[in-house]
Amino acid sequence: MTTLTGTMRLIRLGLRRDRILLPTWIVAIAGLASATVASYTAMMSDAAQRLATATYAAGNPIARLMDGPASGTDLGAMSMVESYQVLAILTALMSAQAVVRHTRQDEETGRAELIGSAVVGRHARLTAALAIALGANVVLGAAVAGALVASDLGLTGALAAGLSVAGIGWVFAAIAAVAAQVFATARGANAAAGAALGVAFLLRAVGDLLGHVADSGVQVISAWPSWLSPIGWGQQMRPFHEDNWWIAGLFVGLTVALAWVAFALASRRDVGAGMVPARTGPAYAAPSLGSNLGLAWRLQRVTLLTWLGGLVALTAVFASVAESAEDLVGENDQLKEILMRLAPGATVVDLYFTLTMALIGIAAAGYTVQVLLRMRAEETTGRLEPVLATAVRRRSWMGRHVSIAFVGTAAILALSGVVGGAVYGAMTGRWADGIGGLVAAGLANAAAALALGGFVVAAFGLVPRWAGALAWSALAASLVVGQLGAMLDLPQSVLNISPFTHVPAIPAEAFSATPVLILLGVAAALTAVGMLAFRRRDAGAVA
Amino acid sequence: MDDVIHTHSLVKSFGRTRALDGVDLTVTRGEVHGFLGPNGAGKSTTIRVLLGLLRKDAGEATLLGRDPWRDAVELHRRLAYVPGDVHLWPNLTGGEAIDLLAALRGTADRRRRDELVERFQLDPTKKCSTYSKGNRQKVAMVAGLAADAELFLLDEPTSGLDPLMETVFQDVVRQMRDAGATVLLSSHILAEAEALCDRISIIREGRVVESGTLAELRHLTRTAVHVTAQHPVTDLAALPGVSLVAAEDDRSAQLEVDTSQLGAVVEHLGPRGVLTLTCTPPTLEELFLRHYGNELNGSRSRDDLVTASSAGGSEES
Repeated sequence: MTTLTGTMRLIRLGLRRDRILLPTWIVAIAGLASATVASYTAMMSDAAQRLATATYAAGNPIARLMDGPASGTDLGAMSMVESYQVLAILTALMSAQAVVRHTRQDEETGRAELIGSAVVGRHARLTAALAIALGANVVLGAAVAGALVASDLGLTGALAAGLSVAGIGWVFAAIAAVAAQVFATARGANAAAGAALGVAFLLRAVGDLLGHVADSGVQVISAWPSWLSPIGWGQQMRPFHEDNWWIAGLFVGLTVALAWVAFALASRRDVGAGMVPARTGPAYAAPSLGSNLGLAWRLQRVTLLTWLGGLVALTAVFASVAESAEDLVGENDQLKEILMRLAPGATVVDLYFTLTMALIGIAAAGYTVQVLLRMRAEETTGRLEPVLATAVRRRSWMGRHVSIAFVGTAAILALSGVVGGAVYGAMTGRWADGIGGLVAAGLANAAAALALGGFVVAAFGLVPRWAGALAWSALAASLVVGQLGAMLDLPQSVLNISPFTHVPAIPAEAFSATPVLILLGVAAALTAVGMLAFRRRDAGAVA
Repeated sequence: MDDVIHTHSLVKSFGRTRALDGVDLTVTRGEVHGFLGPNGAGKSTTIRVLLGLLRKDAGEATLLGRDPWRDAVELHRRLAYVPGDVHLWPNLTGGEAIDLLAALRGTADRRRRDELVERFQLDPTKKCSTYSKGNRQKVAMVAGLAADAELFLLDEPTSGLDPLMETVFQDVVRQMRDAGATVLLSSHILAEAEALCDRISIIREGRVVESGTLAELRHLTRTAVHVTAQHPVTDLAALPGVSLVAAEDDRSAQLEVDTSQLGAVVEHLGPRGVLTLTCTPPTLEELFLRHYGNELNGSRSRDDLVTASSAGGSEES
């Protein structure tokens, strides 16, 4: 097929470009899988303890929502239930970003045109991008399976586990391939893939919560929404428990279907263009655009509104199932007792909301990081230079973007709290508890997100070339520490690195001002360092 | 002397690369100053230091009598900048980008802006993502040239423009000079510099190697002379500063003459019964090659190159 001419060469080019990035992702994800098993092995010394833990996980609505459906008492099965969610999110991000990087981003920078003018078929770039991403996931799946076998787990289950991780990567590579055809910017395509990931998480969270415990008492039969989510499919494979190989067919089927759509769209559009033709616009700038803040707002508003809509909706859905969480616990005295021991004086709903807002908090930090890194994108693309050649001070240019990041983060979390609380209030009549508790929890988490934001600002000022890598690594580390830290039995000094470790557990515990003030102080200090450093360094694409 | 731009021994390094290696550049008020050099010679780096975007490592730089790093914002109110490699916000229209940059500078002259949009035949309603390179360049050009500034820093402003727009650009720059503005025009298009510039500085590997009016620079190099006479002219080549390129017979010769020796040659020719005499002053291209020729030929001797390049030129005439 002549439309594929040159694909092999483009694959080699892509692998050369990704020679550090993809191996880092793969080693990190496989390492995480291995670390989870190691800590489970250490914690679960005997079968009785495993049975107790699995029974608890199956009955506990919060565990169902955050982790997934319990799948028996096998050591491997239990560690996969615990870690799959995080493994799936990281794998999906790795795969989607890889595809966008080699498709839409190349079109945006004009590299695609240069490549397209060579002896290269029309579909070669998309094929190469998919081949790289799908191949990376095969390697990743094998690495995960290898890591599990090396942890003394059975080969069959390890292969199923590897396949469940690779499958998620395939699906999100294909989703990104479609998004890269539809959206005219790499940012838009990545955002669409991120939104799909959010929806996949939400569907399986709700499906697992609304499911029921099987007769064995150690397995959750998920409700139908879980089956609409590729993350749900990965969990329904239940490696080391049932090893449902046929689910791999769902992954492959959806990947092939989405890839077909991507190729069909690619044949119908021009290189460089999206599916929506560019329209003309105003010949003069509105007065609101003609200022430093106006420009920053114009550049960031879509990002803010997207995250705001997504996270408010996510909180609302979580809040709407809070009551069923309460009912589930109400039926189970033993579980009630364990939860009460975890947070004395708190209700199940308090604990549920604490964990929900911790999750929304770290997701909101994704917004903080993205908005702040836009500054670096403006700089490297050469758009900052003409702005700084006008009468705009560096401090004020940076200040506007930092304000939009920080105020936006607080607004997202506060509004998520208000809407989540209102949903809960409308369903239960407990308005004050719902809104008050969730808003307080949201704002406490905002302090941690701002501290992470301060780190990004400092990186941008001091080591601009590394800002992107440092920022995303810090966010990923916070996610891993927050979701798996306690289970991985990491030392407290490691847990303390994540700002989210220091957020008071509101509403399960009372609000305490000290940690929040310290987080805000760290955010302010790091931001000041970053802004001072930016004033002293070279600015522009060469910096 | 009122120097608008003054740098002395300006140094800027990026890691181990010394991008500016002691740049001495002086631009006086009211002149159009050509800043010539090939890609990578340090033109843009110099301009970025003058804009306070890059911090100098050593040496002096003053702009309108002030420090371009410390007083960047105050200076930017008085100058306008047109980059050669224009990147714009893909979701803004060209018109919006122009107005935005003007508003960020401070004052905006709507009439001048509309006039320039008209003259450069730019459609300001299109999104920046859909502009060609030349049209993006026009956006930056209108945004910069519409400014009511004392000083214009133009960094290869016409790259990507078609010849018609190039003419419009030259008209606009002449108007600006007539209105008293100072212009630093970095370029590697020699015809443009020849047409516009009062004075020229040539930069090579991070150093200004030649500076002066075009006439002064020409004086430093050689003029191609072709002569046919009634009497033999074979002894001409023996004069100081003269070299024989080709002799068709003993009554005609193709010579290279040091421009400072031209008078002596003409005097010498007086009694020979000159039939035709053509003197071709060196083009800017030849001046340029004098400094860069060795990179083209891999040779170290400048004189050889002058001869070689001039000879090449004269064969055509």
